Amino acid sequence: MYGLWYQRSRGRIKAKPGRGLITESMIGAPLGSRATLVQFSSAFCTPCRATRTLLANIVAEMHDVEHVEVDAESELELVRQLNILSTPTTLILDSSGNEIARAAGAPKREQVINALTAIRE
Amino acid sequence: MSSILEKKIDSVSIDARGPRFSAGLTTVVLAFALVTSNLWIVIAQAIIFAIGAVKGPQFTPYALVFKNFIKPRLKGKAVTEDIRPPQFAQSVGLLFALAAIAGAISSFTPLFTLAASFALAAAFLNAAFNYCLGCELYLLLLRVRLAHGK
Repeated sequence: MYGLWYQRSRGRIKAKPGRGLITESMIGAPLGSRATLVQFSSAFCTPCRATRTLLANIVAEMHDVEHVEVDAESELELVRQLNILSTPTTLILDSSGNEIARAAGAPKREQVINALTAIRE
Repeated sequence: MSSILEKKIDSVSIDARGPRFSAGLTTVVLAFALVTSNLWIVIAQAIIFAIGAVKGPQFTPYALVFKNFIKPRLKGKAVTEDIRPPQFAQSVGLLFALAAIAGAISSFTPLFTLAASFALAAAFLNAAFNYCLGCELYLLLLRVRLAHGK
């Protein structure tokens, strides 16, 4: 049962009202002018690599969206503050740094693109 | 955060189907150990976990079976993965196996059953659902350590 839940829930993007703004200094990189994908990764995580490739690929086609990868292990305070429980976790931020949605596990391409299209400038 | 990108490049990659096959064998072995309450099978599995945890998951007997007998018969392109996630999983497996052994030796059967069951559950989830133990557990462990360190 847990296995089925696990398989179905990984990568699903859930709308999440933000718990405060995420700033450029928190993630150590500039935000995108429309949206930002913040990916939390760790060394013992197989789907992190696939997620990195996917997200980098998506933002390559969108000039106003940035992809930022954060090493969860070295940013534990931030991980706790944002309540990141597993890797990869991807947060989708709007232009001002509000968390719009998040996905635990490798997200699906169309879902990420849909979530990004929903964010207006 | 280019540092993690660089770390990934110089790490070793293996055929991702190998660890999953090994998890399948581990599931069968641990299920058999639990049903028969056989300590020796758990000890053998602990040694295999130890090889995977210390030397690397590509050096266990299961991985050798995969490499020599299964992989040559598989079609399709091999997806590779970093060895560190399965190595972490093998370490967790080793801890559970050692706990099970401690339980059996001290005649504290609930510990044997519980620890062996956890190891079995993790191996089964990995084999059947491609469960990533390192993804779910590692960050939580770090967070617990951080909370206690304060």
